[in-house]
Amino acid sequence: MLLIPCPYCAETLPEVEFAYAGEAHVVRPSDPSLMSDEEWENYLFIRTNAKGTHFERWRHIHGCGRFFNVVRDTVSDKIYMAYKAGEPKPKIDALLEKQR
Amino acid sequence: MSKHISSLMPAVLAKSPNMCVHIMPLIGRISLRIRQEIDKFDDALGIELPRQIGARSSKDDIEALCLGPDEWTLLMPIEKLSTVQNTLAGLYASLPHSMTEVTGREITFAIEGEQAETLLSIGCPRDIRTIKIGQARRTLFDGATVVIWCDAHNKYRMDVWNSFAPFVAQTLETGVGELAAELTQS
Ligand SMILES: [Zn+2]
Repeated sequence: MLLIPCPYCAETLPEVEFAYAGEAHVVRPSDPSLMSDEEWENYLFIRTNAKGTHFERWRHIHGCGRFFNVVRDTVSDKIYMAYKAGEPKPKIDALLEKQR
Repeated sequence: MSKHISSLMPAVLAKSPNMCVHIMPLIGRISLRIRQEIDKFDDALGIELPRQIGARSSKDDIEALCLGPDEWTLLMPIEKLSTVQNTLAGLYASLPHSMTEVTGREITFAIEGEQAETLLSIGCPRDIRTIKIGQARRTLFDGATVVIWCDAHNKYRMDVWNSFAPFVAQTLETGVGELAAELTQS
């Protein structure tokens, strides 16, 4: 089981308190009707499927209830950091450097 | 077989020589969501709403718990509900917020005795000791979302939504029985 840090609760808690909510920083288009089918498909279905560092959303559903973002390595499952929803995507190189 | 909701009236649910789980009497509950100008709500309610998730405060007969960055639970005697509701209604026009009376939504189990912490640990994935005395947390117990309040060492309250209550009651009963059996064996 993962131990996930919640940036709102400022606690690291067992995975079962959380719900996974897919890749982070996928921006909903403001006017989908202007998009081509291909662009719309891309928005709806196509994800990074990263092997390695992955930006993903989690929700502390059995806790504070908030959505937030986590940077996790999909190979080692190591969680590098968590940050509040709406905050900018962290610079990954600097992050990895800091962890080293 | 799980218990019937209608049987979950204030009474002792399970008892062993050093443990007691009972269902607490009805208490007024309000769910309050506020995004801004929380200070003004403090003033109007006459109680400082805790700002940190899991922190509690109490004043006179109202108890407040911060559940999320914009979410609070208020507990109070039933007779006091209308006063608090009227106070909040008075603020509504100038300070938008969401107030819902949820008295009938849940019941509270009081879990007390030497093995209270151990009993909670059979169903809660979190380290129970991270809920310090005088704090509370929303978490899980045997798969159901609950709020656990720590009032003193080995003295807890657990709020459970009605629909999960018979199931959770069953787990608590079994747990008290098993822990008592362990004691007799050793
Ligand atoms: Zn949280």
